[in-house]
Amino acid sequence: MKTKKLTGDRMFDIVNTVLILIIAIIILVPLLNVVASSFAESRALAEGNFIFFPEKWSLDNYRAVFKDTSIWKAFGISVAKTLIGVVTHVFFCAMVAYALSKRNLRGRKLYTVMGVITMFFSGGMIPTYLLMKQLGLLNSFWVYILPQLFSYYDVVILMNFFRQVPSSLEEAAKIDGAGVWRTFLTIAMPLSKPALATIALFNGVFQWNDFMTAKLYMTDKNLYPVQMKLYEIIVQQQAQSMNSIGNVALSTTSKGIQLATIVVTTVPIIIIYPLLQKHFVSGMMLGAVKE
Amino acid sequence: MKKTEQKRTGNSIGEKAKLFAKDFRRQLPLQMMVLPGIIFMIIFCYMPIYGLSIAFKSYTVIDTIDSADWVGWYNFKIVLGDKFFWQSVVNTLGISFLKLLIGFTTPILLSIMIYELRDGPFKRVIQTISYLPHFLSWIVLGGMLINWLSTTGLLNQILMGLGLVENPTNFLLDSGKYWWIASLSDTWKEAGWGTVLYLATMAGIDPTYYEAARIDGAGRLKQITSITLPLMRTIISLNFILTVSGLLKSNLDQTLVLMNSQNQARAEVIDSYVYRMGLTQGDFSYATAVGLGVSVVSVILLVTANKITGKINEESVL
Repeated sequence: MKTKKLTGDRMFDIVNTVLILIIAIIILVPLLNVVASSFAESRALAEGNFIFFPEKWSLDNYRAVFKDTSIWKAFGISVAKTLIGVVTHVFFCAMVAYALSKRNLRGRKLYTVMGVITMFFSGGMIPTYLLMKQLGLLNSFWVYILPQLFSYYDVVILMNFFRQVPSSLEEAAKIDGAGVWRTFLTIAMPLSKPALATIALFNGVFQWNDFMTAKLYMTDKNLYPVQMKLYEIIVQQQAQSMNSIGNVALSTTSKGIQLATIVVTTVPIIIIYPLLQKHFVSGMMLGAVKE
Repeated sequence: MKKTEQKRTGNSIGEKAKLFAKDFRRQLPLQMMVLPGIIFMIIFCYMPIYGLSIAFKSYTVIDTIDSADWVGWYNFKIVLGDKFFWQSVVNTLGISFLKLLIGFTTPILLSIMIYELRDGPFKRVIQTISYLPHFLSWIVLGGMLINWLSTTGLLNQILMGLGLVENPTNFLLDSGKYWWIASLSDTWKEAGWGTVLYLATMAGIDPTYYEAARIDGAGRLKQITSITLPLMRTIISLNFILTVSGLLKSNLDQTLVLMNSQNQARAEVIDSYVYRMGLTQGDFSYATAVGLGVSVVSVILLVTANKITGKINEESVL
């Protein structure tokens, strides 16, 4: 009787592990296939009869990518918009959140209601586009930064964190003659590093992966971020492969470049992924606390 | 005595305002920290909400939002008679229902499967792998999908290797398969990430429940159905409400990268239709009317879903 139950649980473990392994394979195999394909020689890529090991390896695709100055430029724009965007977003949200974390702040109720409304209602695509146009942000680098300065969701997370700063510390600073800004910068901010890091990381991933801002507001190719550049390459390649069935050589070269660009675009995400993983569970819990 | 009291109540509003002004002045540095946030919200959040008024106007490029003429419900009447609009509604709903069916249930099953693994390196590796696709951009994933689904791509390789198909086809050119491609690729990307909140909830379950169940002779499956799932009811209902209220929402990034001239009839969703009508064709009022109408229906869906799950759960989640 007892052994029967035990084997039932054993069976469960085995079936569960096998199913999970299958899921892991379904996630990993396509990713590895893309990486392998990006290193394939153009003929091997055209025939395409491999999953991990092309007939002939080659770095040609990457050479072509790195020779293309427009891709370098797009990479630079992405790095700039991510760095500037993250620093300004985190600082701006922290500043507002610090003031809102003071329960005796006059007008706090009104500010909070205003903020909560922005979490549930928005003007949508077209009115926002018209606003950007009115503000002169179309074809300006600042369209990547200004509209992303503030998020009430992040303010709520930071506000909850600032409330946990022991008030005795702030009072001591006040007695020492520190003003609001000094207390904010030297006491509240350093003590809230985990929350600031979480918000910075998520905002950074958003900035790096964001393509819609460029698609909506940017026609100047000099200001394309790398995601928009990749989109352009993909659209071109698709049009080519649909129109020029005869000209296989041309479309496979551009396919190789497309694959290499995909890999290059994703490398920064992979590099910070371990950091992200460390922070996102706590970040999610911070978000859940508010609910 | 009575006189002073009267005096106090008589002046209370004035005194309150005075007190407010005094406090406000004392808190001026703090108020100056909030002010930029308030200005931001007025410009970037409330101005576009005000801009929704062009749905009731005939706005052209030479107009400002205020100068355009009011036309009442005119734009909405045209929308309701537009067969391309209805086609985008059908596509949005079709893809959303498949996502509800697959994308909503997979994270629940997956989180239970991960929860049942013994703690250790294997579990951590599985979690690391499953969260990864969430951090890829839709453009990157779209580019990958175009390659996987092409005639020389991974999927044809596998299907031909297994002898399931004779001749390779490009799946993205087959409009009949688009809804499945959209919903399955979304599930592939987000299912692992969807387990984070569920796993955090499960971590809070008292382990003595499981010990008691084991002593009573309950197997693993029985423990899942009678302990784990019931304790996750609230969080699952919350996610269900959010998914249902998002039935009319669509993934514009995904659509823009995967849509082509061959599959457009099944791929055009409401958001991409708004994009096309508004920004490509310049019919701003019309596109805004579509967007506003869809938002209103989404709010109705949210309230309804909350009521229905509330009836089932005896208390509403939101």
